[in-house]
Amino acid sequence: MAKSKSRTKAPQNADEDDVVMQELPTSHQPDVQDDASMAEANGEDDADIEDEEEVEDDTQRVRLLPGSTPTAASFEFLDEGHTLGNALRYIIMKNPDVEFCAYAIPHPSEPKMNVRIQTYEGTTAIDALQKGLKDLQDVCDVVSDKFVAAQKGFKKKSIPP
Amino acid sequence: MPRKQPTEEDLERRKIVSVNAETVTDVTSTDFPGNWPGENHAWDIEKVIRDTKIEFHQNEPAEASFSLIGVDASIANAFRRIMIADIPTIAIEKVFIDNNTSVIQDEVLAHRLGLIPFTGGREGLDNFMRWLPKPKDNEPIESTYFDYNTISLELKVTCTDNPDAAPGEKDPRKLYNHGHVYAKDIVFAPVGRQVKYFAGEDAIRPVNPDILIAKLRPGQQIELSMIMHKGVGSDHAKFSPVATASYRLLPTITILQPILGRDAEKFAKCFPEGVIGLAKVTKEEAARQGSGYEGHAGELKAVVVNPMLDTVSRECLRHGEFKDKVRLGRKRDHFIFNVESTGQWESDAIFLASIAHLKEKARKLEQQVVDMVR
Repeated sequence: MAKSKSRTKAPQNADEDDVVMQELPTSHQPDVQDDASMAEANGEDDADIEDEEEVEDDTQRVRLLPGSTPTAASFEFLDEGHTLGNALRYIIMKNPDVEFCAYAIPHPSEPKMNVRIQTYEGTTAIDALQKGLKDLQDVCDVVSDKFVAAQKGFKKKSIPP
Repeated sequence: MPRKQPTEEDLERRKIVSVNAETVTDVTSTDFPGNWPGENHAWDIEKVIRDTKIEFHQNEPAEASFSLIGVDASIANAFRRIMIADIPTIAIEKVFIDNNTSVIQDEVLAHRLGLIPFTGGREGLDNFMRWLPKPKDNEPIESTYFDYNTISLELKVTCTDNPDAAPGEKDPRKLYNHGHVYAKDIVFAPVGRQVKYFAGEDAIRPVNPDILIAKLRPGQQIELSMIMHKGVGSDHAKFSPVATASYRLLPTITILQPILGRDAEKFAKCFPEGVIGLAKVTKEEAARQGSGYEGHAGELKAVVVNPMLDTVSRECLRHGEFKDKVRLGRKRDHFIFNVESTGQWESDAIFLASIAHLKEKARKLEQQVVDMVR
């Protein structure tokens, strides 16, 4: 694989004068000292990523639309589409306490998705929505576990004995 | 008085989408509480664990095929949509052209470069590379460029005459040096910690080194630098990790009445090879009253061998002799997925990533609902 190596340029040395002062990005973080292990560097990265996500979570993307009662409510999701809308609708409809559930994207050029939930007495639409989101995570776990198991089984089979 | 509960057979029959000569019926799933009087179809995770199955048919880095059985179309479709539009990859996003004297225009060249699939060390792509944040107001776009969100590439080629070419040579690849510019001519310029993550075998490189980018003639030159970012397919198809990600429902073929002899041969020809087989009618079958095989012992009959290979062309429904003898359909909860990777991800890893993505989406929104109530 000497060829692939030649396709990689030698890293730029900051001390050299002839470094092209273009858009070349440089790290704003202190370089890991000496030959510190990769694991250490990774730990640092993880911490940074967590910080970033916390910032991301600040914006509220779910809203209760006006005119809602405890058992009949409409929710507005920002930046969600058919991917979540239809899956969530199905899971919520599987809840026996739910009388009605539907989703709509009112206008294709607005990044909004609405979910309408009506429940029977004794529970609330918000509870049904929360249960739906929980059930969706559960089904993901099931499919993921089954997929990994099937993957392993398939690899074993393909290896001749 | 309690209502009669459906038998296993009833439940299996409800899963079939009917494919008729002119129409497709029974398309919508009906397994909801309140849909069938007296029946319980409430969400039950134990039942989901029991019913969900995955069977692999093919699993190679570039292409995977597997059956996802026992889930609703809305869930399977969510996975498919996420694979196409929400799983991130890196692709060339900005091209700075210093010199381009080739016949291909700057903007066309930049577009072609953007579409080239690249790959590199998985560890670096997954855990080191991050999203490029938007710059703050009044700050230049490159103010957010760092080694963990931007990859630099360069392409510098000049076409010259090849002095060693045989006299009368017509092939431009031999007649000139760099008459063809290929993806392999792109050079990766690592910066900062990229040196560590994308070293040697893990270098950022085109998946297919022989993609033709441009053609040059002596004296023409392309000199440019490029910048790659992480992105998703919903923004631009070049970021999609899959060439295709699709599913189809498992076809079903039910032979209702015996199809024998010449008819059986004709019936088999209505389907792709391997779907319908021919078998001899056994003595026991011929002896059984009302089986339709009486007196046909030893003759050939049509049997369904592998419905998965069927394309559901419905050819058999066009012939009068098979009228009322066959019923076609599709199984509503059996999805045959086919995932073809562009090379940055392994094909099976894309599906796993889509499951993780849907779960993460639901988890985040669950938190948001809690915040909304508060």
